[in-house]
Amino acid sequence: MSTVSETTHDSAVAMSAPPSPDDGLTPAQLAHKYGLSQSGARPGLFEYVRQLWDRRHFIAAFSSAKLTAQYSQAKLGQVWQVATPLLNALVYFFIFGLLMGGRGSMKNDVYIPFLVTGVFVFTFTQSSAMAGVRAIAGNLGLVRALHFPRASLPISFALQQLQQLLFSMIVLFLILVGFGHYPSWSWLLIFPTLALQYVFNTGLALVMARAGAKTPDLAQLLPFIMRTWMYASGVMYNLTEQLRGKHAPEWLINTLASNPASVYIDLMRFSLINHGFNKADLPPHVWALALGWAVVAGALGFVYFWKAEERYGRG
Amino acid sequence: MAEQQNDTGAQPQPQPQAPAAPVTPTVIADDLHIVYRVYGGSSGKGSATAALNRIIRRKPGGSVREVHAVRGVTFTAYRGEAIGLIGSNGSGKSTLLRAIAGLLPAERGKVYTDGQPSLLGVNAALMNDLTGEKNVVLGGLAMGMSRDQVRERYQGIVDFSGINEKGDFISLPMRTYSSGMAARLRFSIAAAKDHDVLMIDEALATGDRKFQKRSEARIRELRKEAGTVFLVSHNNKSIRDTCDRVLWLEKGELLMDGPTDEVIKAYEKESGK
Repeated sequence: MSTVSETTHDSAVAMSAPPSPDDGLTPAQLAHKYGLSQSGARPGLFEYVRQLWDRRHFIAAFSSAKLTAQYSQAKLGQVWQVATPLLNALVYFFIFGLLMGGRGSMKNDVYIPFLVTGVFVFTFTQSSAMAGVRAIAGNLGLVRALHFPRASLPISFALQQLQQLLFSMIVLFLILVGFGHYPSWSWLLIFPTLALQYVFNTGLALVMARAGAKTPDLAQLLPFIMRTWMYASGVMYNLTEQLRGKHAPEWLINTLASNPASVYIDLMRFSLINHGFNKADLPPHVWALALGWAVVAGALGFVYFWKAEERYGRG
Repeated sequence: MAEQQNDTGAQPQPQPQAPAAPVTPTVIADDLHIVYRVYGGSSGKGSATAALNRIIRRKPGGSVREVHAVRGVTFTAYRGEAIGLIGSNGSGKSTLLRAIAGLLPAERGKVYTDGQPSLLGVNAALMNDLTGEKNVVLGGLAMGMSRDQVRERYQGIVDFSGINEKGDFISLPMRTYSSGMAARLRFSIAAAKDHDVLMIDEALATGDRKFQKRSEARIRELRKEAGTVFLVSHNNKSIRDTCDRVLWLEKGELLMDGPTDEVIKAYEKESGK
């Protein structure tokens, strides 16, 4: 330590700085005098939000660029944006619709829209979490080279998934109409539902991004957690009905029905499916739950991510 | 400083010898130490059982190695200076730049900067599958330009890169570019923004001779726009052409700091060129 400062002192003498009144000042005093700020310090929460707002165009451009780049090698190009969810829905139709002949008390004309809605809406949350966990860990080059509020990355990835979902919705509308669920006023409810789910997913992605930045191993573990969550959320079957049939305790049924994925899926089904999925199929206080999950996940996720802002991409 | 010059206006000040009178500091490094922690870089066994063993024994320290990359560097950079960083591979030049940019935390000591220094490293934001066009926009936004600024400077960036000199290449995906073309576009995007403090890491080594000349001119221009430029290069000629001051780093320590000719002469003597 002492030898180090000696070397630097010697070399500082060799420098041909012009004589100035600043000569006697220590570096800290000099920095203060000219209003220099310390590099790499974390901004306050409100300042952080402002910086993030300044980067909104980057967030939007980055997510659409990612989405475009995804299929740019394919000959059909952006057609795959719609073709991929369509093929997914077809597979589910063959397996669950034709082979297994529907499920529970639902007929095919209710079950297929029920299933496809569930799969698409759950995929939105699932892929946001998966993208979130890699948002920092998978973009270290970017994080280490450029200065921007790091929350831009998870937010941008969640936005990319929202754009992907909107393409899937085109397919979903075709299926709905195909099975006799024509547009009605209740379809407008998908907008608040999607907005709330997007906020929830962003919060989730932010939490995952910080966790994944510290422990990249999470990317290996997450698929199993997500699959468990999927089975516990009634994506492919009416969970409440199944559990009642197994005489499960009421609190378990209510807890599972109140989990965020289940809440957003059921709200979307309620909005889109005109007959066969009614208000009775929704858990109690469903809008309050949807709002609560969004606010809690969004706010906590944001603060949690911001707390480690200066540590991303290091070590 | 400006204040002082104003109220002593009646009495003409002696003009300093230095070209741009570098008196306003833009970057101050104060006894800066940078330590990298490398996980999984231990000399121990890399097998799954060994890793499991470490987790069970709760001994994460076993696989962490510390690399003391920068050891107590102190210097002050002034407005209008172009500073070259020289030293052998692994001497800590790039690490020092990253620390100045606030992208690496200081173990000890502090870095003070005027505004936000930026590393000329926009490449990380660019995507090979996108067209050059889209990458110009994306890169500009990533550096913190607004949409209007990007639109305004778009043509300038494309012209500077010279990508379109041999046909309409800007509308092709970047993966179809030759490495030289891609490097030119990257430099053009990065140099399009007016940076307070700009740091360039070996960027000039790319491109053909004509483009190198053009980028050197652009660096001089950036300096004139009242910024400070840091340049890391192993090409002593490009350091001579663009810098007026040189820091010589070796093993993370500042060996020498002074006018370009003096330091480069000493460096060449040492490295036996």
